[in-house]
Amino acid sequence: MIGALVLRELRMGAGGGAMLLPLIFFLLVATLFPFAVGPDTPLLARTGGGALWIAALLAALLPVDRLVEPDREAGVLDQLTLRGVGEEMVAAAKLLGHWLGFGPPLMLAAVPAAILMKLPQDVLLRLELGLLLGTPGLAALSLIAGALTAGLRSGGALAGLLVLPVAVPILIFGAGLIERGGDTGAVKLLAAASLLLVAIAPFAAGAAIRAARD
Amino acid sequence: MSGTELLALERITCVRGGRLLFEELDLTLAPGDAALATGANGAGKSSLLRLAGGLLRAASGLVRRSGAAALADEGLALDPRRTLGEALGFWARLDGGDAGVAMEAMGLARLAAVPVRMLSTGQRKRAVLARAIASGAPLWLLDEPANGLDGEGLERLAAAMAAHRAAGGAILAASHVPIALADARAVAL
Repeated sequence: MIGALVLRELRMGAGGGAMLLPLIFFLLVATLFPFAVGPDTPLLARTGGGALWIAALLAALLPVDRLVEPDREAGVLDQLTLRGVGEEMVAAAKLLGHWLGFGPPLMLAAVPAAILMKLPQDVLLRLELGLLLGTPGLAALSLIAGALTAGLRSGGALAGLLVLPVAVPILIFGAGLIERGGDTGAVKLLAAASLLLVAIAPFAAGAAIRAARD
Repeated sequence: MSGTELLALERITCVRGGRLLFEELDLTLAPGDAALATGANGAGKSSLLRLAGGLLRAASGLVRRSGAAALADEGLALDPRRTLGEALGFWARLDGGDAGVAMEAMGLARLAAVPVRMLSTGQRKRAVLARAIASGAPLWLLDEPANGLDGEGLERLAAAMAAHRAAGGAILAASHVPIALADARAVAL
């Protein structure tokens, strides 16, 4: 059951190139940043990781509109509830499907992005570790925002305002992990912030889906 | 409740957006039964079906169902980019039903390879009804099932509803146009 739902999420994301948009956005930032800062290699290496984290955070927000709203509009959520699938289960499947279509591709895209930014190899490794730990949290945040704003006009803009303050811990610990390599505290705090969001997301998004019915 | 009813609504009251739609409504449907809700636009026909399906909560009263319910309303709930056969197959697999037989029953068999987004209004309505047929649920909740259907579609709908009732299913329909439901109980909202 949950496998079929996750598969459907992945297919919906892949169809029509919707999954490519965050990736292209991420790579665009990586391409433009050196033009804006200049070809100063030490400066790029010092600031590039942080810029990539901001790009990852904003890329996570791009698909918020299509995470929950199309399914609510078309009655897919109603049909699932009629079949006894709990809203929390639907939200968990959406979270997993969204992360699979967003986290690993972003980690792949981070390699060419790091080359464009002339990041040293150890920085790239720490960026990848941070993305591995942080992207589930970002996916959870966009799912919650998508469920909360489903059915509202200009929900996407509102979702951005909702998510950004809550995403700050992930940004701080993710970027902090890049700067202080040997410091495992940043790794643990990033993982903790991400885990908390992932644990809350199915229940928060499920409750939001239920509330949107009335 | 004797246990044979597929749906029992007891003294339910429905309030939407601060407005009272209907109150103290009683309705029981046993296998083979059918009820037709009629009323003006906005009288609460769709809300009654959603209440019966458990998608809405009644302000007061009891809703009891002894089996699954299939809802056919204006929500298409089929992925627009996939073909009709694949999109219906997704739901049929969840339900353990057969999408092919249901598409045959609604005259959709030759459209199985057509993407859902290319379907006309009437074909979409047939697809929604085919999902209800494939669901195998004993209780059908049909919201304006005749909307958009041509003469041949109406005949197929009537045949499907008759077959469902003959097989021990029950139907609660809402419609503002007459539909072919023999000796259906009238629920005026």
